[in-house]
Amino acid sequence: MSQGKYQAEHATHSSRIGVTLIGATFVVLALAPFWGDRQTLRLLAEIFTFVALASLWNLLAGYAGLVSVGQQAFVGLGGYLLFALVILLDVHPIAAILIAGPIGALVAVPVATLIFRLRGAYFAIGTWVVAEVFRLLASQISALGGGSGISLPAAVVIAMAPSRQLREFETYWLALALTGAVLGAIVALLRSRHGLALTAIRDNEVAAQSNGIDVTRIKFIVYMLTGFGTAMIGALIFLMKLRISPDTAFSVNDWTAFVIFITVIGGIGRIEGPIIGTIVFFMLRQALADLGSLYLLMMGAVAIVVMLWAPKGLWGLIAERFGWQALPLQRYLVLAPKTEQPGGKP
Amino acid sequence: MPDPLLEVRAIDAYYGDFQALFGVSLRVNAGEVVAVIGANGAGKSTLLKSIAGLMRPKAGDIIFDGEPIGAAPAFAVVKRGIALVPEGRRLFPSLTVEENLLIGGQSRRPGPWTLDRVYDLFPVLAERRHLPAPALSGGQQQMCSIGRALMSNPRLLLCDEISLGLAPIIVRDIYARLPAIVAEGLALIVVEQDIAQALKAARQVYCLQEGGIALQGPARELTREKISAAYFGV
Amino acid sequence: MQWLNVILQGVLIGGLYAMFAAGLSLIFGVMRLVNIAHGDLIVLAAYVALLVTQALGVDPLTSLLLVVPIMAIIGYALQRGLLNYTLGDDLLPPFLVTFGLSIIIQNGLLELFTADSRKLQAGAIEIQTFEVMQGVWIGVLPLIQFAVAVAVIAGLQVLFYKTALGRAFRATSDDQAVAQLMGLDTRHVFAMAMALSLAVIAIAGVFLAVRTNFDPAIGPARLIFGFEAVIIGGLGNMWGTLVGGVILGVSQAIGAQINPGWQLLAGHLAFLAILALRPQGLFPKVSG
Repeated sequence: MSQGKYQAEHATHSSRIGVTLIGATFVVLALAPFWGDRQTLRLLAEIFTFVALASLWNLLAGYAGLVSVGQQAFVGLGGYLLFALVILLDVHPIAAILIAGPIGALVAVPVATLIFRLRGAYFAIGTWVVAEVFRLLASQISALGGGSGISLPAAVVIAMAPSRQLREFETYWLALALTGAVLGAIVALLRSRHGLALTAIRDNEVAAQSNGIDVTRIKFIVYMLTGFGTAMIGALIFLMKLRISPDTAFSVNDWTAFVIFITVIGGIGRIEGPIIGTIVFFMLRQALADLGSLYLLMMGAVAIVVMLWAPKGLWGLIAERFGWQALPLQRYLVLAPKTEQPGGKP
Repeated sequence: MPDPLLEVRAIDAYYGDFQALFGVSLRVNAGEVVAVIGANGAGKSTLLKSIAGLMRPKAGDIIFDGEPIGAAPAFAVVKRGIALVPEGRRLFPSLTVEENLLIGGQSRRPGPWTLDRVYDLFPVLAERRHLPAPALSGGQQQMCSIGRALMSNPRLLLCDEISLGLAPIIVRDIYARLPAIVAEGLALIVVEQDIAQALKAARQVYCLQEGGIALQGPARELTREKISAAYFGV
Repeated sequence: MQWLNVILQGVLIGGLYAMFAAGLSLIFGVMRLVNIAHGDLIVLAAYVALLVTQALGVDPLTSLLLVVPIMAIIGYALQRGLLNYTLGDDLLPPFLVTFGLSIIIQNGLLELFTADSRKLQAGAIEIQTFEVMQGVWIGVLPLIQFAVAVAVIAGLQVLFYKTALGRAFRATSDDQAVAQLMGLDTRHVFAMAMALSLAVIAIAGVFLAVRTNFDPAIGPARLIFGFEAVIIGGLGNMWGTLVGGVILGVSQAIGAQINPGWQLLAGHLAFLAILALRPQGLFPKVSG
């Protein structure tokens, strides 16, 4: 019996096209200051932050099975770190964003130690309590405006760049770079040995555990990493907003409900999901924003419908229909060409 | 031949993509004891689960008392008079012994079996009626599980591996009560790996092998050789 | 004396939190479902009571005669028509569907009733108090509320351990497949549990609406209070939820007495402290 040798490959034909397309899109987006107006740049930057937040939540909930409704704790933490570092310690805003990351990861350690004692949906509500504690604590910090919040001093904002236009370019590129970095890091993580373990946990936690994967440790690491990323994105968001208050910084609607909606619509547990979801979310928002609370009501209904009838989201539907993957993440066993076999003839 | 109480006609059953039963047919007359034997994984439990309504066969029919029940859910099948003593006993751990029996009578079918009758059959259960079910020994749990099934006053009782994990003396004790149960006119299907025990109790025997019927016939006509050939497929 | 008053008030409000918690605990116990829309359903009950009191001109406590069955029917329909389809091994569907439900209820109420604060008027009883000892006062309404909470929990306890329905709840919780073999339609059993949970929610919602102002946005905080009381008391223990509610109420009352900004914070910190020191809660369910 002649038996070929198998080797694992990530890439498929569609993912090669996907990677090329993503590269091209990235270049076009990087050049946006030269083709888009200020309004477009702001919208794009906002979209980037949601792509990043949703991708991080997807990593947490979709892969590690840690369904959190408390990621606003880290968004707000990042935002408040930015303001604290800039206002109280005279740190440059961009440096402050970079510092927010490691502090976010550090804060995640005691938080995880506590709330990892809760399981499943109780874990979710536990993360929410932690976010509430952060919000209440933030409103006690009078140096940062207490409950009513504070604006970034004009001097700091002006010092960021020689002109207002350049400053806007700078924040835009910063948003693009950070989001690119977050996505790149997630892809790298999922392609690593840990990524294989994470995918195993996503598919079947009990089986993963019995195959010798230290599930708790990996979950802990993922929780810290998302704390890192989310705090950085949070700092970026509030650099763009230029004003912070406990209620906006720790808003469960803005930083968690929308993010969950995006991920579910796009496709949870798939890296492409949050990107598709964000695009759909912003299209719906542009089209239906006038409806006010009815728009949110419809959003809730859409989330329920998707969960019941298409639990893998829009990307899941597309991927299953056409067998696509935009990023080379899955591993395929392919028969290696015989000529490449070591040892020559069978 | 009279109309059988239960007739299974050429059913196929699947776990996902895995086919566990291939065109299995079986007949049980009222008041008859039928044994289904076979090795591990031959499809014995799957057959019982299909009859009890815990699984829906993909093809074939299950006719009980002249009516098709293949598509009926388990809770509706019980109400028509089929009770299953599941493999591994599966008592409700949060319930006391008596509550386990009472919940067996939940379907409120009229008939001879009451709490008192079950306690007459298994006196040890009466002594321990207020204990939580997990406090019983293995054999007592099996008695409780049988009693729980009887409480629904079934016309057909399905027993899945009632000897599994029990000491031989206890198995003999439990099998010794079967005549008292059948005396009420109910039909019985016993699924067993313990062939000797099954042959002694049953009139009709079916032997399953890899999801299909490999051998069937009256218990007294089957020789050891025939059975082991059908059992192991050699 | 002042502190005694503070603690007493905390204990009495704890009864309300225990009612938030009891419905949550019941659902989790029977079907392992955590209902994220729980708090919003409490607020929905308050609005239903508002409509009933306005339409019929009855006082809030009398309105319970209608609000409880209305909410129970909503609960049964919700479980049969929607939530039963989400149950399974995967945690995400029930979580996300109840999360979507929470958003729908909040914004639906906002659309129907605006963001204005409402309150149910219970009349003279609201301000009646009596002096239990020198300088220690108890409000009549908070006392009724606490007594009702104790009665609700005692009632649930009896229902769970002394009735056929309670037996069906426990059996289904233990083993769904075998419960079906006993003739129990688990879809119906789950729907009954949700109906019961929403009946308790109805009582809690009416007392909440009599005690404080409410608007469509206050649901999530009630979910959190209920959840904290459940975890403090220990999962799966009904009397534990009462103790959990009381601990939460007293912590909040003490926090508020020290600094008004610390009321909620003190409650959350008490919860986190319990989680750190005794993660199984004070009275975990003893496994049989």
